[in-house]
Amino acid sequence: MNGSLAILGDFGEAVEFIFKERPSVSGDVMIGGIPELAGFGLTHMYVSIAAVLIAAALAIPLALWLGHIGRGDFLATATSNVGRAVPSLALLAFFISFVGLGYTNVILVLVLLAIPPLITNTYVGMRGVDRDLVDAARGQGMTGMEIVRKIELPLALPSIFGGLRTSAVNVVATATIAPLANVQTLGEPIITPQTYGFVGQLGAAIVVAVITVAVDFLFARLQRAVTPAGLKLTEPTGRRYFSLPTRRRLKSP
Amino acid sequence: MIPPLAQTSIGQPGGSDKCVENNGFCPDWIVDNIDRYWTPLLEHVYLTVLPVTIGFAISLALAILAHRRRWLTGPIITITGIFFAIPSIAAFFLLQPITGLGYTTAMVALVSYTLLIIFRNITTGLRNVPAETRDAALGQGLTERQVLFRVELPLAVPEIMAGLRVASSTTVGLAALALYAGAGGLGAEILRGDDKFFKSNVVVAGGLAVLLAAVLDLLILTVQRWMTPWQRART
Amino acid sequence: MISTYRKILTMLAVLCLAVGVGACGDDDDADKSSTGSAPAADSKVIERDSANASKGTITVASKNFTEQFVLGEVYSQALEAQGFKVKRRLNLGSEQVAYKALTGGDIDMYPEYTGTSLINFFDVKPADVPKDPDAAYTQTKADYAKQDIAALARTPFSNTYVVTSTKKTADKIGNPKTMTELFQKAPNLSISGFPECRQRQDCLLGLRSQFGYKGKFISSDGKFNDLKGGNSELTLAFGTDPQLALTDQYVAYEDDKQFFPPYNIALGVRNDAIEKIGPEAVEVLEAVQEPMTETVMRELNRRVELEKQAPKVVAAAYLKEEGFLE
Repeated sequence: MNGSLAILGDFGEAVEFIFKERPSVSGDVMIGGIPELAGFGLTHMYVSIAAVLIAAALAIPLALWLGHIGRGDFLATATSNVGRAVPSLALLAFFISFVGLGYTNVILVLVLLAIPPLITNTYVGMRGVDRDLVDAARGQGMTGMEIVRKIELPLALPSIFGGLRTSAVNVVATATIAPLANVQTLGEPIITPQTYGFVGQLGAAIVVAVITVAVDFLFARLQRAVTPAGLKLTEPTGRRYFSLPTRRRLKSP
Repeated sequence: MIPPLAQTSIGQPGGSDKCVENNGFCPDWIVDNIDRYWTPLLEHVYLTVLPVTIGFAISLALAILAHRRRWLTGPIITITGIFFAIPSIAAFFLLQPITGLGYTTAMVALVSYTLLIIFRNITTGLRNVPAETRDAALGQGLTERQVLFRVELPLAVPEIMAGLRVASSTTVGLAALALYAGAGGLGAEILRGDDKFFKSNVVVAGGLAVLLAAVLDLLILTVQRWMTPWQRART
Repeated sequence: MISTYRKILTMLAVLCLAVGVGACGDDDDADKSSTGSAPAADSKVIERDSANASKGTITVASKNFTEQFVLGEVYSQALEAQGFKVKRRLNLGSEQVAYKALTGGDIDMYPEYTGTSLINFFDVKPADVPKDPDAAYTQTKADYAKQDIAALARTPFSNTYVVTSTKKTADKIGNPKTMTELFQKAPNLSISGFPECRQRQDCLLGLRSQFGYKGKFISSDGKFNDLKGGNSELTLAFGTDPQLALTDQYVAYEDDKQFFPPYNIALGVRNDAIEKIGPEAVEVLEAVQEPMTETVMRELNRRVELEKQAPKVVAAAYLKEEGFLE
C-alpha cells in the first residue's frame, strides 16, 4: 500500500464517483453520478420494500396466531436455524438456475430471506407477554382476538419491530447481489468492475453501507417508539433490545 | 495439414452426458466431480471458524470490560451494531484500500460482523445471573474477579453458546460472498466462471454451505451440553 | 503311390499354410506401419532429454476454467515428456491474479488471451484492440516484452464472443449465417450477455450502433442455460464453448464484420524461464498448440464438461492423437 494518502485517494475518488459522472474504464459510456446511482437505488429499495411487506404480510399474522395459542416453538426455532444457515448467494443462485431471472424471482428470494426473523421474533414477542396479564384479561371476559389486539400485540410490538429490523437489514444487504439475476440494484457497479472500475465498486459499496445502516437506524428508532413507556421502565438494562431467542427463552417458565 | 481432432477417430466410448447438456440435476456428475468441492469447503471452514473464534475472543474481552463499567455497553453496542448493519459485500470492498485483496480483508470483515451478536449474548448472559447468586458468591468470600470467572461466566454459558451458534451460521452465509474480497470459499464455487448456474453445481455448493452451518451448530450445541451438566435436567 | 500322393498333399498344404501365414503376417505388418508406432523422420513425438531433469522445476499455471485447465495440462505434459520437472498451479483465478503471479515470479508461465492482455494489462480500450489476430498478437508480444515476458506464438483458435441461438430459433428466422444477416432479419430478438456487455462498445453498444440491433439486453451469465430456459433468444457465448460442438442444438453466427476483438492464446513465459528451458522446449510448446483450432478446442472442452473427463486425461489423449506422445 502506498500509505494513508493513497487510502484517502481511493475513498475520495469513490465519493467523487458517487456525485459526479466519469467515463467508464473502457471509455465507452459515462458512469457514476447521482442520477445513475439514484436509478440503481430506486430499484434496490423497490425490491427490498416489496419483499419486506410481502414477508410481513405472510409471517406476522401466522406468528401472532401461533404465539397466542402457544404452539409454534418448533417452527420458530426451526425457521430461525434454517433461515440463518442458508447463504443468500446460494439461495439466489439456486433460484436463478431453477426458476429464472428478473424481478419476480429476486423478490421471491428476498421474501424467503425476510420471513425467518419475522416469524421468530413475532412468536417470541408474543410468548414473552406475561401470562398473568393474559389470564387477567381472560378473566375479564375478553375474547381471543381482543386479547391479541389489546394486550399481547402491543407488548410484542418491540420484538416484532426487532424482527422487522433484522429482516429489513438482511433484505437490503442481499438486494446488492440482485444484478446476478438481471435486476440492476446498487450491486451493479460491484459485479461489473471492467466498466466501473474499483472506484465504482467502492463507491457503490459506500452507498450500500450507508443505506443499510440508515435502515437499521430507522427501524431501531421505530422499535424504541413502539416500546410502551412501562416496559422501558421495567427493563433497566434495556435487555429487550438485544435479547435473542434461545432455546431457554422459548420455554414458558 | 493435420486433421482437426474432431475428425480423427477417437477410441473413447460413450457420448456426451445428456443430463449435463440439458442443465438438469445430475447425480452422476456430482459423484464424479465431488472432489472439486473439497478445497472450497476447507476454505469455507477456515473462513467461518477463524472469524468466530477471533470474534469470540474480542467480544469476551469487551464484555468483561463492560461488565464492571456499565456505561461502556451502550457505545460498544452502537459501534458493533454499525459493523453488523454494513452488508458483508460492502465491507469486503470498503476494506480493500486498507487491507488489499485476499484473506485478510475477508477475515476483518467477517470478524467485525460477529462482534455484535457474541458481545450481546455474553452481556445478556452475564446480566441474567440472578443477583442472589452473585451475592451468595460474594458472601462466601470470593473476589469480584473470581465471581466473574467462576460463577457468572459459567452460568452465562448457554446464552454465550447460543450467540456462538447464531454467529457461526451467519458467518457461513456471509463467507459465501468472500470471493468479492479476493478469498475463496464455496461462494466462489457457486459463481465459477465456466458453468455459472449449472444446477447440480449450485445445489452441491449451496448444500455444502448449509450442511457446514448445521454441523457447526450441532458441534457448538454439543460443547454446550458437555459444559453445562446442570442444564441437562431442564432441557 | 499313396504315400507320394500324401506327400504332395502335405507339401501343398504346407505351402498353402506358408502363403497364408505369410499373407496374414504381411497384413499385420501393414497394420502396424499404418498406426506408425516406430518414430519416423517426420514424427512429431516429443523427445525426452535427461538433461532437462536437472534444470529445476518449471511452474506452469492457468486460470480456473475448463479451457485453461486443458491448456495448462497440455503445456505441462509437453514439458514433462521432454524430461522437465513440472509444478502445476492450474487454479489462479482471474487474469489480474494470474498476471501478478507471472510478473512477480511466482509462476513461470500461463496462457493468456491476446484480447484480454491488451485490454486488462496494457490499457488498450476494447474498441482500439486490433481486429486482425496477428496484429493483436504482435502488439501483445511487444507489450509483454516490456515486462520481461515472452509471448509465444499465438494459437489458431480465437476464443472470442460468438452470437448464438438455439437451432429452433435459427429455423424460425430463416437460418441466417452471419451476424449481419441475423440482425437484418431479426433485430428485435432478446440477447443475454455478461453484465459488463451492457456498457461496452465492443459489445451491446456496438451491436446497436453497427448492426442496428434493437432487442432487449438481459444481463446474465447463464449463456446456454438462458437459451435452453427461454430467458433469451440469443446469447453471447464463447468461441470454444463445448455446447457449440452440439450443432444439432445450437447455431453460432459468423462474425463477418470482425466485430469482436480477437482472443487467441499466447503462452506468456518469463524470460528467465525461457533461459531455463531452452529453445528446443519453446519449439515444442509452440508445436503442441498448432492443431488447436476452434473445432478442436470445442471438442476438448466438450470432453471435459459434457463427458466429465478430467482435463489431465483429455490433454493426454489430445497429445497422443495428434502424435506428440506415443
